Amino acid sequence: MNFLALTPMETEALRLSLWVSLWAVAGSLAPGIAAAWALARLDFPGKSLVDGLLHLPLVLPPVVMGYLLLILFGRRGVVGEWLYETLGVAFAFDWKGAALAAAVMAFPLLVRAVRLSVETVDRGLESAARTLGAGPVRVFFTVTLPLTVPGILAGVILAFARSLGEFGATITFVSNIRGETQTLPLALYTLTQVPDGETGAMRLCLVAVAVAMAALVSSELLARRFAARMKG
Amino acid sequence: MIVLEVRVKRKQGRFTVEAAFGGEETGVTALFGRSGAGKTSVINMVAGLARPDEGRVAVNGRLLFDSRQGVNLPPEKRGIGYVFQDGRLFPHLDVASNLAYGMRLTPPDRRYLDFERVVELLGIGHLLQRRPALLSGGEKQRVAIGRALLTSPSLLLMDEPLASLDGERKAEVLPFVHRLSRELSVPILYVSHSLDEILNLADFLVVLEGGRVVDEGSLEEVTSRLDPQAFPGIAGDGAVIPTVVAGHDEAGGLTHLSFPGGVLRAPRMDLPPGREVRVRIRARNVALALVPPKRTSIRNIFPCTVESVAEAPGGLVDARVDIGCPLTARITRHAARDLGIRPGRRMYALVKSIAVSRGDAGGNGRD
Repeated sequence: MNFLALTPMETEALRLSLWVSLWAVAGSLAPGIAAAWALARLDFPGKSLVDGLLHLPLVLPPVVMGYLLLILFGRRGVVGEWLYETLGVAFAFDWKGAALAAAVMAFPLLVRAVRLSVETVDRGLESAARTLGAGPVRVFFTVTLPLTVPGILAGVILAFARSLGEFGATITFVSNIRGETQTLPLALYTLTQVPDGETGAMRLCLVAVAVAMAALVSSELLARRFAARMKG
Repeated sequence: MIVLEVRVKRKQGRFTVEAAFGGEETGVTALFGRSGAGKTSVINMVAGLARPDEGRVAVNGRLLFDSRQGVNLPPEKRGIGYVFQDGRLFPHLDVASNLAYGMRLTPPDRRYLDFERVVELLGIGHLLQRRPALLSGGEKQRVAIGRALLTSPSLLLMDEPLASLDGERKAEVLPFVHRLSRELSVPILYVSHSLDEILNLADFLVVLEGGRVVDEGSLEEVTSRLDPQAFPGIAGDGAVIPTVVAGHDEAGGLTHLSFPGGVLRAPRMDLPPGREVRVRIRARNVALALVPPKRTSIRNIFPCTVESVAEAPGGLVDARVDIGCPLTARITRHAARDLGIRPGRRMYALVKSIAVSRGDAGGNGRD
């Protein structure tokens, strides 16, 4: 048997990981940009509290976040029960739960990157757009957002990588079910716990490195293309 | 109709801007003052980028801000074009898209300028596909002017649009600003601390100092009144005289310029007779004599009456005289005492040299 050939369990874990991370990033993109913009540009009461809450996943042990998610979004959780009864959506022991866990853990990274980028956008350009007849919403979509693209790209890559690596919150919230919530890190962990798992673990390790590198390189290429466009 | 009415008050930290000016003038109104005099604050309030604590702003009879009536139109509803000192072109859009940004947001029935005309007027046709990062400073400012114009504004604000350019680039942009004021009937409020620019462009002058308007009127009136001690080196030592080219003395290499007090003889200029030219005569280039000197190299000698005498920096005095229009002579205190120079005294003014405000100098055909 070829050393590099993935077993069905490993393929499943890779596919699931990509799928979960994709949804985690896609779902948090719009709220992430909104939060970043609000933190960069608005002054509102309780701003530092919101800022702190957003950063909580970065400083709390992931297991704690997973446990909090379980309390809130589990089948009997405050929000989870309501979601299940009104919309029929359940997170527990489901890939959607894994995506939610990954999104929550990656959110601060996304917001930080985008926020830094929003803060570097010259507000003079926004004023100029206003004098040219554009209202605040149009200014956001035609000036602020396009100029924030490098930060959004960086944020997306960071968030995607963080989602791929998510372990503690996922296993606590949605457990380790093959084909449903067993993402790549969970599969790797599982393989290290069984006899004869070393080669599988090594394969997944190499896969993780490859995926991460591919994400980094593609973001670098996109950022370069964007910079070239700005220069002419 | 009142073209411009500005009465604004705004406290910014310890600095208070409290300015009121305006009138029926179209053409170029220059807002003149040193840096920190509050010029930019004033036009930001006109544009709606800063909110006055109280006051009233109206353009062409349209109310834009009134603290008592609670009117405060946002900048995008004011219909005012704004050319910023630093251009502020959108770096992610090419020149054509920058130009079209505001135009597309202006309803077609309100547009009085079309794209081709503005591009032609500013000479930027060859730049349309470029990104702002590849433009020179002068090109950027021309595009910025075009972008503001294409919104078909009822008033164009220009905040030191030439300040970030070197001499050569200035000379490149200045004629375009000049053409705007003459070929398009859009009134311009032009902020500057450079007297040269103002002599070239302005019809009317509002002088701002410490956030307050200290003088206001036509360019000739105000420049003759400016206190040289308050504006050393800027307005300092100058009188600005409106003249018309009367003819040329080819053999003598002279151009004759007629002005209210007679004829000025200036070095030969390549301008057709009838052309309006503003000349500037520095105070240090004017001497005074009790009797008309004979056999001198000075070509411009005018009888005059002394109006006032004021201390100038460096132990000198500025004597304001009338030669049919105001003129200032900067002489030593010793000479002033020796000749008994005092108001009412009849003397002769000797003009040693004349500076012409170039760029064909302010002929606006409206006077």
